[in-house]
This record gives sequence, C-alpha cells and structure tokens, in this order.
Amino acid sequence: MNVTTPLEKLTPKDFATDQEVRWCPGCGDYAILKAVQKTMPELDVPRENIVFVSGIGCSSRFPYYMATYGFHTIHGRAPAFATGVKLANPDLSVWIVTGDGDGLSIGGNHLLHILRRNVDVQILLFNNEIYGLTKGQYSPTSRLGTRSPSTPTGSIDNPLSPTEFALGAGARFVARGIDTQQKYLPDLFKRAHAHAGASFVEIFQNCIVYNDGVFTEFTDKAAAEDHQIHVEHGKPLRFGKDGAKGLRVKPGSFDLEIVTPSENGVTDADILLHDETSHTLANLLAAMQPPHFPMAIGVLYCNPIESYTARISQQIEEAKAKAPLGDLNALLQSGHTWRVSD
Amino acid sequence: MSETASAKAAPARAPRQELETAVVRFAGDSGDGMQLTGGQFTLTTALAANDLATFPDFPAEIRAPAGTTYGVSAFQINFGGRRIKTAGDAPDVLVAMNPAALKVNLKDIKEGGLVILDTGSFTERNLQKAGYEKDPIEDGTLDGYRAVKIDISKLTLEAVKAQELSKKDALRCKNLWTLGLIYWMYGRKRAATKAWLEKKFAKRPELAQANIAAMDAGHAFGETAEMPAEIGGFTIQEADIQPGLYRTVTGSEALAWGLVAGTELAGLKMTFASYPITPASGLLHTLARLKSFGVVTFQAEDEIAAVCAAIGASYAGTLGVTSSSGPGLALKMEAIGLGISVELPLVIVNSQRAGPSTGLPTKTEQSDLFQAVWGRNADSPLAVIASRSPSDCFDAAIEAVRIATKYMTPVILLTDGYIANASEPWRIPDANNFTPMPVTFRTDPEGFKPFLRDPKTLARPWAVPGTPGLEHRIGGIEKDHESGHISYDPANHQKMTATRAAKIQGIANDIPAQTVELGPSKGRLAIVGWGSTYGPIDRAVANLLEEGLEVSHIHLRHIWPLPANLKSLLEGFDQVLVAEMNNGQLSTLLRSQYLLPIEGLNKVSGQPFKIAEIEAAIHARLEK
Ligand code: SF4
Repeated sequence: MNVTTPLEKLTPKDFATDQEVRWCPGCGDYAILKAVQKTMPELDVPRENIVFVSGIGCSSRFPYYMATYGFHTIHGRAPAFATGVKLANPDLSVWIVTGDGDGLSIGGNHLLHILRRNVDVQILLFNNEIYGLTKGQYSPTSRLGTRSPSTPTGSIDNPLSPTEFALGAGARFVARGIDTQQKYLPDLFKRAHAHAGASFVEIFQNCIVYNDGVFTEFTDKAAAEDHQIHVEHGKPLRFGKDGAKGLRVKPGSFDLEIVTPSENGVTDADILLHDETSHTLANLLAAMQPPHFPMAIGVLYCNPIESYTARISQQIEEAKAKAPLGDLNALLQSGHTWRVSD
Repeated sequence: MSETASAKAAPARAPRQELETAVVRFAGDSGDGMQLTGGQFTLTTALAANDLATFPDFPAEIRAPAGTTYGVSAFQINFGGRRIKTAGDAPDVLVAMNPAALKVNLKDIKEGGLVILDTGSFTERNLQKAGYEKDPIEDGTLDGYRAVKIDISKLTLEAVKAQELSKKDALRCKNLWTLGLIYWMYGRKRAATKAWLEKKFAKRPELAQANIAAMDAGHAFGETAEMPAEIGGFTIQEADIQPGLYRTVTGSEALAWGLVAGTELAGLKMTFASYPITPASGLLHTLARLKSFGVVTFQAEDEIAAVCAAIGASYAGTLGVTSSSGPGLALKMEAIGLGISVELPLVIVNSQRAGPSTGLPTKTEQSDLFQAVWGRNADSPLAVIASRSPSDCFDAAIEAVRIATKYMTPVILLTDGYIANASEPWRIPDANNFTPMPVTFRTDPEGFKPFLRDPKTLARPWAVPGTPGLEHRIGGIEKDHESGHISYDPANHQKMTATRAAKIQGIANDIPAQTVELGPSKGRLAIVGWGSTYGPIDRAVANLLEEGLEVSHIHLRHIWPLPANLKSLLEGFDQVLVAEMNNGQLSTLLRSQYLLPIEGLNKVSGQPFKIAEIEAAIHARLEK
C-alpha cells in the first residue's frame, strides 16, 4: 500500500516532527528551521523525495526536526554522504545542513569538493563563528582575538569567509542570509533549490550561549539599513535609508566604494547594477565587511553550468546505448577464452 | 600439441625432456615489457591445456631510471600437467634482460637453474647502474647455474631489419624475441600471440610485423640449434582440467565482476566510491568501464569521502561499495562505525599490503585482520570474509553482497596485493545458474518502524528515500530499538549493543559449515589458513599427504563470524598451526575465541609463503 501525500495540502506544520527540539532557547537555529519548514510546501517536491543530510554540531541536529527523510551522519562528512545519495538517486532533493566548524574545519575538504564538482544539492551553512556543541571553542570563522575556552588570551588564526570560500571553490550559486530574516530566507532557499548544481547559502546565525551578538553590528534592527545591502539581479546596488547610498567601482582601482548620488558629482547612473552572473562582482560583494562596508545579503552569484549529477547520468546513458544492459555472461566471457573439452 | 615436435633439430640436440611442472620468471627493466611478455606466455600456456598460476612483481617506483635495480619488473609463472596452486617457490628458468634484473632475481633461482641473459645489455654502464663491480658473466657469479648467454639485443635488431624501425623501436621487440625462444623451449604455439600483436598494432602494422619477426627469430634460434646443445627444450603434459569454457583472471577483475554479479542477483544497482591507493586501484579501474551494468563509479576526494558516499548510496537504495588498502581502511573506520550504527548494507574491499603506515605498498601481507574485525571505536561488529585466490574473488564478492544486503550490515572483504595482481585460469561460470538473492525494500507505511527487526535475521527494514509514507530520520546517535528515535536510555543502549552483536553472530548459522580442504577431518595436525596462503598451504599439505604424513588443511572464508562448527573441528586435531602473513592475528583470534592451544607460523617479509617453508613447519611438528 502506497501513500502519496497530496502536495497542495501540505503546510509548514507537515514538515515538523514530533521530536522535541533541543537547541538552546533563543538560538538562531529555530528561526532558520521555521524558514525552511515554510519553504518546503512551496517547492513542488513530494515530501518523500526530500532528504536532509547533516554532520555533527548544533546545526546538524536539523534533520531530526524535519518530517522528510533525514540522515545525521558524522563530523564534517555530510557533503560526501549527500553525494552518495545523489549518485544513487538523482531525483531526490538533497539538503545539507552544516556549520562553520563542521563544514569548514573538519569537513572543509568535502565542502570544497562538492562545490567544485557541482553536485546538485543545497548546502545551508549556519555560521555562528563558534563551536556550540562542544561548548564554545573558537572556529575557523571566529574573528581574530576571539576569547574562548581554548583561546583564553584570544584566537590568533585568521578567520575564513564561508562565502568567499565557496566562490573560490567554484560554486555556481552562492547566497547569504540572516537567521532572523523570515521575509528573505524562504526566497533564498527557493532560489537555491531551483538552481541545478551545488547551491551554497551562508546564514549568519546567532549562538546566544557562546557567541551572542557577534553579528549585531549589521543584524541589529537599528543598524540594518546602513549595514546590510540586499542585492538583487539587475537592480542598483543601493542601501541605507531610502536607498540613499550605493556602490560603485572606485575610479582608478578595482575596489568598490560607497557613494551617495547627488553628492560630489555622483549620479544614479554611477551606481553599479547587480549582475549575479559576474564572478568578479560576487567576489567584491562577498569581501565587503562592516563597519566600513555593508554586509551583502541575497544571491551574490548564480551562473549555472551542467551539474555533476547530470554529467554522470549522461555517461551512463551513453554506455548503455553502446552495450546491452546487464548481460553478465557476455561480461564474463569478454576477452580471450578457450574451451577444454572432455 | 607441440608444433616443434618434428623440428628439423640439429644432430647434437638433446631430446625434449618431460617435465610435470616448470617455473619461469621473466625479469627486465620496467620499459622492457616483461608484464606483456608474461601475459602472452600465460595465455599461450593456458591454450596448451596446462594449469598455471602467475605473479607479477612491479617496481614500487613509477618510472625508475632505466637499468637500475629498483626499476626491475618481473613476472613469474608456474605451469604444468597437474593442478597448480601457487606461482612457484624457486624459478627453474630466469630470463634476465639486463644486469639489474639478474642482480635482483638470481638469488631466487633454483640451484642449477637455467639463466638466460641478454649479453647485449651487459654494457659497462648497465653493470654500473646495477651495482656490479665486475661483470657477473665472467666473475663466477653464475657458477652453479646453467647460463645461456645470447646477444638478444643484436639478434633482435637483425630480425627486424626489414621493418626499418628506429633503433629504439627495434630494440623494443627484444621481449618478443625472448618470448619466441621460451615458446620454443616449452613447445608452444605462436598463433595466439601473433593474433594479439596484429590486433594491438592494427594502426601500425610495421610494429606488428617487427614484433612477429622478432618472435619468429627467437623461436628459430632455439629450433636451429643455436642454443647450447645440452638445452633441448621441454615437454609438459596437458593437465587434467575440468571441461568447460576458460579464461584467465586477476583478482581485481574477478572481484569487480563478482560485485556486478552480486548486485544484479540482489536486484540492485551498485555505487562504487573509492580513492586511488596501491594495490586496490585496479578494482576502481575495472568497474569504471562497466557503466552499462548500471555501475556508478565515483573517485572521491579522499578515503573518508569514498566510504561516506558509499554509505549515502546505500541509504538511497543502491549497494554502496568502497575499496582501499590498509592505511585507507584506517581512515574509513569512523564512517564504517556509522554504517554499523544505522545498519545499512555496505561492502568494503580491503586489498591488504605490507605495513605499518605506508609500509611496502607493492608487497603483500595479511596484517589487517585485527583492523577488520576489531578496528573501530566501541563494540562495532561487522562481517569479515576473505578470498583465497584471484578467481575466488568472484564468489567471495557475491557472498559479501549477500551478507551485506540480507543482514543490513557493512561487510569487509579481505584480499591482498598478491591476489589483486596475480592471475590464474578460471572456468567461467554460467550466469544463468546463479541463485538470485533479491532484496526487498520496505514500502508499507503500516506499522513501519525503522529499527523493528526481522526476528530471524535481526535485520532492520531497508526504507529508501523516495518511498511515500516512510519518511524517517537515522543517525549515529544511539537510537531506540524500534522507533529509531534518539535514545539516551541506558537499558536501550545495552539492548542495542547486544542486538548488533547477535545479528552478526547469527550469520554463523547462515554460512556453510567449515570443511577440511585436504587430509583427514581429525588427526595429528591441522594447518589453518585464510586468504592468499591457500595455494602454498594446499600444495605443501598435498605433497606431504603423498609422503604419508598425517596432516590436514583447513582454509577459512569466514573470518567473522567464524563458522559454527570450527571449534569442534579444531578440537579434533592434536596440533593446530595457523599459517599467515602477519605476526599472529588469526591465531590470536582463534585462541581468544576457543581457548585452544593454537600455534602460529608467521611470515612478514612482503613475499608469499614458499611451499617448502610450510612443508618444513609440518615436518617439524610431526617429528616432535
Ligand atoms: S550552543 Fe549556540 S548554536 Fe548551539 S544550540 Fe545553543 S545557542 Fe544554538
């Protein structure tokens, strides 16, 4: 007996499980979970075809709270498991949930390779700049000088930017979001899902216990307008109150600068239009850091090419066209044989 | 069978000598084509209805400088008119294409053995590169051997003159000249090699002609008595071989085909994820060409990713298979633990090599038994089986697939560098006679619980993503024994640990009872082996049984769980000796399981056991 879940009737609630959610109260993960559950019914994918794969860490508890298929694996390796899932069944919609420690420290290698291969999955990296589950050690994205149990006098290694890493690894879809922005996150997730190939979304996630407020500089309601820029393909790169400020290429350099049209001879025409197919622009936007620049949020880069999964399917189809499928005897008897008779 | 039987032999020619078996080793520089030469001799020997076993010995370096001892490549073949079980202890004949090949191999050759040398390559420079201070041809090094000194280089150049090749290309035909001579020595036909050359060089017919001319010239050299008169060539009777269709296979090939057959019999597709490592890569290469069988191969970024992808593929409903060698297996262990915890089928092939650490990648050893059976954190049981020979890899692979899918468990299949690369004739089975072992995926949501087990096998249902109504979550955290939900309950963990162990132990009731290969089923001495020691143990025991000694050979396919009757079988012998290429791993395991006084015969030189070594050990114990 087969039960097909009628798509149109599904609501975010249908994607919630009966498992008690075990994140700390006030953790940013709750908001992201809510946004993902809100996105799912709108994807037009049967619930049974959705798989959440995670590694280890606070964020990696995510699959237990999604009423889809879910696989909570081992530290850092979710991209490898997810690749296997896609190799076995390319029709599944596979979502990887990872964190800055899981995805960029122990699992950095796998993240690099799933992005470069362009396996058709969605990767949500919750960046809270700290190790939560192991109780607060600094992570590869922690800012220089972060004091933690393992760095009592401040961390001394330079942090890594997940978004810049993804762009450098050859990702063809790179986006950024903020945990609390319920208005924007579902759209980012939908775009990530629509992109055939590896889609990478970095989400700034507040760890209220071990790293509270580390992003407030640009996530605070009062600061948002001046310290976030929401990029949209084809639209001018403007931010600030009423979009008063904008970005342009600083004359005589390769850098961006903040300008205000109507001041110092700058006009609206000087403001860059966002081109999400430009790798160069995506890198410039990804590199912007507060306080001097606004944090770029939205789809920074989307420039699809054929996915790894599609290429594998194509090679298999070509091989099958050349040789009849599954003739075991023909295989065993291929090459040189001889007969010994009685 | 011999095309030279009526040869117009010169008057002084000694008659062909009858032999039961012979061991020949071809040795030369990596660039001399020794593996090809050996491969062709193997094929032709099989066509002459001899039984045979071969062992290629590649240099560890990729492109060692020409003429050096570490660039020597060798190929050994043992063939004869009786059942051949090993590549042979000491070669009767050494073909040395340069001084380095002589230097490396001479010590292995039988006393009084035949050593055929290409004197043309014994130049001052080559002698120096090989580390010879004096010319071994002159200084007595070859005393005690029958040396045949031939300027093969020069004769080859003469033989291929008509093709007007460059000197370099012309000299590359040296191996075919030599092969032609050896063909003459053993009364072999050249037709199969001729056809092979024509096909191989279809686009460069002048090379095909040159190689054929060189082979014919080498053959004629023997036939027209240019060879020393006392060397008259040999005749080897046909072996009594079971009728059927045959081919030669290496372990890598048989393993690949066995995995394909196994997954087809299970009604599954295979996802093979691996990372290159010596000596396991051959499996990846073979499977990568089998896409038309629905095989997806994935060269992962590392060993860990390979096993993880294989587990992910099993989770999604294909059979995940990964392969490696010892150090790679160590890297995979955490993920294999997850496979045990989430109870998904997985086949892990481990082509063992000599260790520890990087060890000797191209040399063989059986020292990963502990790692396979016990090498994980916590109580993490899985099934371990071993293949005994190249062709046996086919059956071993099917058995691994059967256990993995029936019991929803990772299975480690142990082979080794010797098995992976060695080849032997194989009676090709008819795929129509294989027994299907279809897998059933769970589809019914009614009463579905991810860890509610089949009471008989204790296997949990295989519920794959894409199945409506069965959406569920699994992971490495301890889970409730039925619902699979995270559970920190102490009693549940106790129960789950016991159940995982019981499931694997239960396999012991679903495998054949352990039999005795040779000799009485109880008595004075049992030699117990596993894996590639099969050949030398079996030959040694057969030889000594013929001498009237009371000795038996027991060879294990199943390392974990052990066959249910093994303990009582071993108890029937006064002495039990485990012969293995490690420092005593199976012997320790058997002692720990059975509390029997079991002894070990251990060898860790990177080389397989010699028959004589096992014979000596048997003598020593029976004469006590
Ligand atoms: S430790 Fe931090 S990241 Fe983890 S659940 Fe608590 S608040 Fe969230």
